[in-house]
Amino acid sequence: MEKMSRVTTVLTGRTMHCHLDAPANAISVCRDAAQVVVAGRSIFKVYAIEEEQFVEKLNLRVGRKPSLNLSCADVVWHQMDENLLATAATNGVVVTWNLGRPSRNKQDQLFTEHKRTVNKVCFHPTEAHVLLSGSQDGFMKCFDLRRKDSVSTFSGQSESVRDVQFSIRDYFTFASTFENGNVQLWDIRRPDRCERMFTAHNGPVFCCDWHPEDRGWLATGGRDKMVKVWDVTTPRAREVHCVQTIASVARVKWRPECRHHLATCSMMVDHNIYVWDVRRPFVPAAMFEEHRDVTTGIAWRHPHDPSFLLSGSKDSTLCQHLFRDASQPVERANPEGLCYGLFGDLAFAAKESLVATESGRKPYAGDRRHPIFFKRKLDLAEPFAGMACSALSVFETETSGSGISWFVDTAQRYALAGRPLAELCDHNAKVARELGRNQVAQTWTMLRIIYCSPGLVPSTNLNHSVGKGSSGGLQLMNSFNLKEMTPGLGGETWLDRSKGDTRSDTVLLDSSATLITNEDNEETEGSDVPADYLLGDVEGDEEELYLLDPDHTHPEEPEYVLPQEAFPLRHEIVDTPPGPEHLQDKADSPHVSGNEADAASLVPVDPSFSLISVSRALHDSRLPPDFFSTLVRDMLHFYAEQGDVQICLNQASTSLHVNCSHCMRPMSGRGWVCGRCHRCASMCAVCHHVVKGLFVWCQGCSHGGHLQHIMKWLEGSSHCPAGCGHLCEYS
Amino acid sequence: MAEEENEVRWDGLCSRDSSARETALENIRQIVARKVEHLRASRLTGSRAPDAALDAVNRLLAHLLMLSQRCPFQDVREKSELILKSAQELGIRIPRPLGHGPSRFIPEKEILQVGSEDAQMHALFADSFAALGRLDNITLVMVFHPQYLESFLKTQHYLLQMDGPLPLHYRHYIGIMAAARHQCSYLVNLHVNDFLHVGGDPKWLNGLENAPQKLQNLGELNKVLAHRPWLITKEHIEGLLKAEEHSWSLAELVHAVVLLTHYHSLASFTFGCGISPEIHCDGGHTFRPPSVSNYCICDITNGNHNVEEMQVNSAGNVSVSESFFEVEALMEKMKQLQECRDEEEASQEEMASRFEIEKRESMFVFSSGESNSYQVNDYCWEDHGYSLVNRLYPDVGQLIDEKFHIAYNLTYNTMAMHKDVDTSMLRRAIWNYIHCMFGIRYDDYDYGEINQLLDRSFKVYIKTVVCTPEKVTKRMYDSFWRQFKHSEKVHVNLLLIEARMQAELLYALRAITRYMT
Repeated sequence: MEKMSRVTTVLTGRTMHCHLDAPANAISVCRDAAQVVVAGRSIFKVYAIEEEQFVEKLNLRVGRKPSLNLSCADVVWHQMDENLLATAATNGVVVTWNLGRPSRNKQDQLFTEHKRTVNKVCFHPTEAHVLLSGSQDGFMKCFDLRRKDSVSTFSGQSESVRDVQFSIRDYFTFASTFENGNVQLWDIRRPDRCERMFTAHNGPVFCCDWHPEDRGWLATGGRDKMVKVWDVTTPRAREVHCVQTIASVARVKWRPECRHHLATCSMMVDHNIYVWDVRRPFVPAAMFEEHRDVTTGIAWRHPHDPSFLLSGSKDSTLCQHLFRDASQPVERANPEGLCYGLFGDLAFAAKESLVATESGRKPYAGDRRHPIFFKRKLDLAEPFAGMACSALSVFETETSGSGISWFVDTAQRYALAGRPLAELCDHNAKVARELGRNQVAQTWTMLRIIYCSPGLVPSTNLNHSVGKGSSGGLQLMNSFNLKEMTPGLGGETWLDRSKGDTRSDTVLLDSSATLITNEDNEETEGSDVPADYLLGDVEGDEEELYLLDPDHTHPEEPEYVLPQEAFPLRHEIVDTPPGPEHLQDKADSPHVSGNEADAASLVPVDPSFSLISVSRALHDSRLPPDFFSTLVRDMLHFYAEQGDVQICLNQASTSLHVNCSHCMRPMSGRGWVCGRCHRCASMCAVCHHVVKGLFVWCQGCSHGGHLQHIMKWLEGSSHCPAGCGHLCEYS
Repeated sequence: MAEEENEVRWDGLCSRDSSARETALENIRQIVARKVEHLRASRLTGSRAPDAALDAVNRLLAHLLMLSQRCPFQDVREKSELILKSAQELGIRIPRPLGHGPSRFIPEKEILQVGSEDAQMHALFADSFAALGRLDNITLVMVFHPQYLESFLKTQHYLLQMDGPLPLHYRHYIGIMAAARHQCSYLVNLHVNDFLHVGGDPKWLNGLENAPQKLQNLGELNKVLAHRPWLITKEHIEGLLKAEEHSWSLAELVHAVVLLTHYHSLASFTFGCGISPEIHCDGGHTFRPPSVSNYCICDITNGNHNVEEMQVNSAGNVSVSESFFEVEALMEKMKQLQECRDEEEASQEEMASRFEIEKRESMFVFSSGESNSYQVNDYCWEDHGYSLVNRLYPDVGQLIDEKFHIAYNLTYNTMAMHKDVDTSMLRRAIWNYIHCMFGIRYDDYDYGEINQLLDRSFKVYIKTVVCTPEKVTKRMYDSFWRQFKHSEKVHVNLLLIEARMQAELLYALRAITRYMT
């Protein structure tokens, strides 16, 4: 350790302070670590640092008429020459002092080149005669002390210079910081332009300090309350660390022998000095709280001793702080933290030792009355320096697996029609809350707020099919009737359990009759695809209900988002990623539901999938986009993925829009005649008539026709009735 | 007659959507028509219309008059004029604007006409109009310096309408308090309207003693801040913060202080540029027909009258050349000062005495024994004030900082007829002179420069605008910098108000800082 060997004597001392006659603006330490100079507006003194106290050694403020040249903004002691000092005066003068002069007045040279206050002076770390100054007038000047005036001037483009610092490692480099937030790196030999410039802070950069060992690490502090550490060896200056303090940063000084430590003091409000480990930017490693007013100058007493810090303050005191006497905020910090998440999750951080002792216990063991238990999901122990090791645990609530009684309950008690939407929402929210599903309850409440505030209800013709539908036997919920759930619509609360049961019974009992009932409904007429399915789960996993309600009567539809495809529904379903495809395929063929043999195979279908697709298709195509706020759509998707279809169903309408099989235009108007090419789109391949009722079609060749006709045909032949040669498959 | 139905909603006009404006205008037209019809009916039947109704109609018409002249949207201007015309045809007396233009000092033709602004200015106008529902005369005068105006409006908008610790009506009331300190009826009128608009209690307007105790407590600070900010001590602050149930929070106090200083300096601007009353406010319009001689006292005062211009010319032939030399002499001095900077170094005493001389001359209100000067290095805006404001009233520090910067650095490198002049020295002299009046001293400034650069009449003007703005006369305005353009005089005013605001803020914030430490 060559560096260490330079520490000839071991420093001793204690935490102490002495009173100055006036506020200090800056301090600087002699290289022998035994003297400190304090400078301010009306003070300029050298103190000897003794074991027990500071002893005033020299008053440099002499003369009967104190000149403004003595009003110091900054002072610096040469690190090579014990007799050489420089001060920056508030009137723009740079003064050097030679303590070796025999006379009482030690003033050596006077440079009056700056027009405004000089904010900072800095000696070259190794060169005996080179002095640098930075001023409010936007110039930096380099002086050779053997000459009368500056040897070079560096222009900061009329931005005030707040700090200048020679690099400790690179002989020719210095850094300067500016009031506009920039930092510039200069080569002392090239005064014409700076080598590098980058914006370091928002607002003035008050200070900077080169790392004593790491070449190219520069710490800057600014009015934006940040300390940033930059690596300037890379082509672009890179921010390596950032410490957020609580007040603007006036000074920053790297701590000797501690690679990641730096000391800061602030310009306003906060009087303490902090020592930070830049890797732990949230809690200071140490804190000195001696001063009663803002600290204006800090200096480490010896460049290789990390435990002595000197500071001067506006409260007119000079302090020596010992690191071992510093208060450590970490000790005072409460290492445990507890917080609830949005969905009732619970995060808990604690010292690792504490967590370890408790991990033997079962967290949910105690009280069985609580239907939730905690599950430890994640453990992020941080192997970080010493004491502050904490473990973070996140617990999530899990619904008890004891069954789906809430599901049944919900199904029975939800009201989806028959009353104004606001009331429905309120009712459902209440139901959900009683079942302990608070988030769902919140959702209902929000829905009410979103859709039931006055003035929000648009007069879109959203439910024009409702009136007709209510007459039809199997009209489905035509959802999001936002004006209000009209009683007409309410006539078909298809989640209403009793009705749902009877209906599904009908479907299951009669193979084709159910489907034929739809023919009564004029809206179901004529489509070249089995346009719509609604997969209802009336009783959890017991039955599946396929309902068919092609509905094409929306001539004023604003836009179609469906793909330009003849089989939109199928594509929609295929879109939903993990769906069990064979089941979806079956679902596409309506007569399956009438086929008792297959009923069993339908049972395990996750009810949500088709529902998602159906509802998505509807939202996309049916409702004006602004009306159906994306938020609500997201919400629906969310619940659908959770498998909670009971909410989603409420939204699900069953209409679907189809494209003409000839010209690929969306069908409008009557549904079976394309308004554009004036051809009948959906012809029965068997009887060659327009299909106005149920249409069944082969997914392979897309030919099809009246259900009965096709069924009859298939009894005799398995080839396509249209003669395309396809071996049709109907499930 | 249902009052609510006839309640005029002006805010629709602020919309950037022309169809929304259209609807609002149509609505207003119908209301006017109804009211006018009502008036006419009662007149025909011989019964005198109730004064209140007449009053309401007149207020309405005055507002329309303002819109017809000052709305940045052309459609509104035209339609308002039409509505007025149609009212006139029905035999209703319609108002006409009094005076000419937004300023009594600056001839109307010098000032940008609404409707002839460029895109950037139009955007500014539209912003201002959208925020306040009017385009006030201050804006129209400040638009000489659009860069500054933008920052000014942004700050003002933030102070008055955005998130902040004080309720809206408090903000306007504090504005009224501050403006009233300088008897600035213009600002008071404006903010009385705003105050009522945001739901302020009209009773408060009868005097500070009718306002809540909390606001009354602020009166003292307002007074000191406006006239002798250096007397503010931490006891003042303590008194406000620790007043039982009437105490202010620190954040509220900073908000209030910023508002007070803003309106003190805005009052300076109002008087310094001779801002005329708003068209729709008292004194901005008249219902009397123009007199036969077409002679109006205000025409004379703002130089719009031909006769006066002739007088100036006949009497001013000499003075023109004279003032021409003024500019030349000023330029010469600036050059000299720039060149021979390194003269004999003045001692601290010498410098201090120069400062003291300047200060004594500038302050006619100083009583001896008030030790009031402090060095700016001890407490300056950039390092200290900004941090404190931003800490207690986030974002405002940034906005004000920006405004100070723009005002201080604004230059077009022109001086009267000269181009490419570095005016930084002159601007610094003005800025420091104002701070000197407030006892704020810069170590790195030689106050001898002020004497060389600012002549007597200019100093008188500055002093009056900054300290006792209500005493500014057109004569003062005219007699300084006679060859300079009006825009340059407005520029000077911007420097004055910003320097004043900063000085007041510094004293107030220093006291708050002292209280906190």
